[in-house]
Amino acid sequence: MTGAPKLEPALFNLAATLTTRLAADGGEFHGPSMDEFFPEILFSVLGIPVHRIHLVQFLSVIAVVLVLWLGTRRMRVVPGRFQSLVEMGLGFVRNGIAHDLLGRKDGDRFLPILTTIFFMVLFMNITGIIPFLNIAGTSIAAVPLLLAVVSYVTFIYAGIRRHGFRFFKNSLMPQGVPGFALPIVAVIELVSTFVLRPVTLMLRLLMNMVVGHMLLVLCFAATQFFFFTAGGGWIALGVPTLAFGGAFTVFEILVAVLQAYVFTILTAVYIQLAVAEEH
Amino acid sequence: MDATTVLADINGHIATIGYGLAAIGPAIGVGIVVGKTIEGVARQPELAGRLQVLMWIGIAFTEALAFVGIAVGFIPFS
Repeated sequence: MTGAPKLEPALFNLAATLTTRLAADGGEFHGPSMDEFFPEILFSVLGIPVHRIHLVQFLSVIAVVLVLWLGTRRMRVVPGRFQSLVEMGLGFVRNGIAHDLLGRKDGDRFLPILTTIFFMVLFMNITGIIPFLNIAGTSIAAVPLLLAVVSYVTFIYAGIRRHGFRFFKNSLMPQGVPGFALPIVAVIELVSTFVLRPVTLMLRLLMNMVVGHMLLVLCFAATQFFFFTAGGGWIALGVPTLAFGGAFTVFEILVAVLQAYVFTILTAVYIQLAVAEEH
Repeated sequence: MDATTVLADINGHIATIGYGLAAIGPAIGVGIVVGKTIEGVARQPELAGRLQVLMWIGIAFTEALAFVGIAVGFIPFS
């Protein structure tokens, strides 16, 4: 057994090299954390701190203004490619959401706010998969919160405008509920209509974007780790994580469009419920 | 090792378990919503557009619970 003493240091050396390799330049695997959504502050404007995600939000606002302005600046009867794309988006909100759920008259009344919500959410979501931006503008609480408050105020305004103070009575005490159950139903309706609606609107959008970003970071951070830090046989594991990352990127496009649609359609549904006639 | 010691030994990111539990209900719910929509479309294909809109609304309400489940994991408890 003369080989054993030689083999042991060799093995030890290998283990040591592997460990140092794994530990080199922060070579341990770094998973995503919530710190992603609280990046360092770049500069302040009038005492208001601005960071990376704010810049992404500014960029997407500029993008949506430019796209809608350029798309509808010189309208032609026979639309070009770009104009027909913008028309498709605007027509989708008008026909697919506003007229479909609210009817022609009410739909046109609330069309501006529904269109604004749809395009704002869509453009802020889609930055999550655009290279070098890579974070959704809606992935910090401010934007979903603002939009949820806008939606909340809109449906309460719509209800008061149509029914006056009866709106609150209608929404808290539905017709046909027996007297003894009325207090319980009123409390449930109060919580679900006036508390849970805006909260879930905000959480749905925010968490979709947060979770989507986390998944993408997890996949691509793992790929980077396997390819460049771990090296060797680990590269084989990096291939599926890269494939998963690609698949999730496509999935995120779907989620971005879907969440814009869902946010808009829920606002329309809340308005519809507020203006509905009680029978 | 009795139950209390085992419980005391559990540490780390327990919120993930909570999210797993919170996702069960919405998962079943979304499954039912989509399944019933498919049944409805199979019976009356001409209603597909209307049913799809209702399906998305139903999914949005149901999956909100899962997102509440994610959110409570980040609430700091002392």
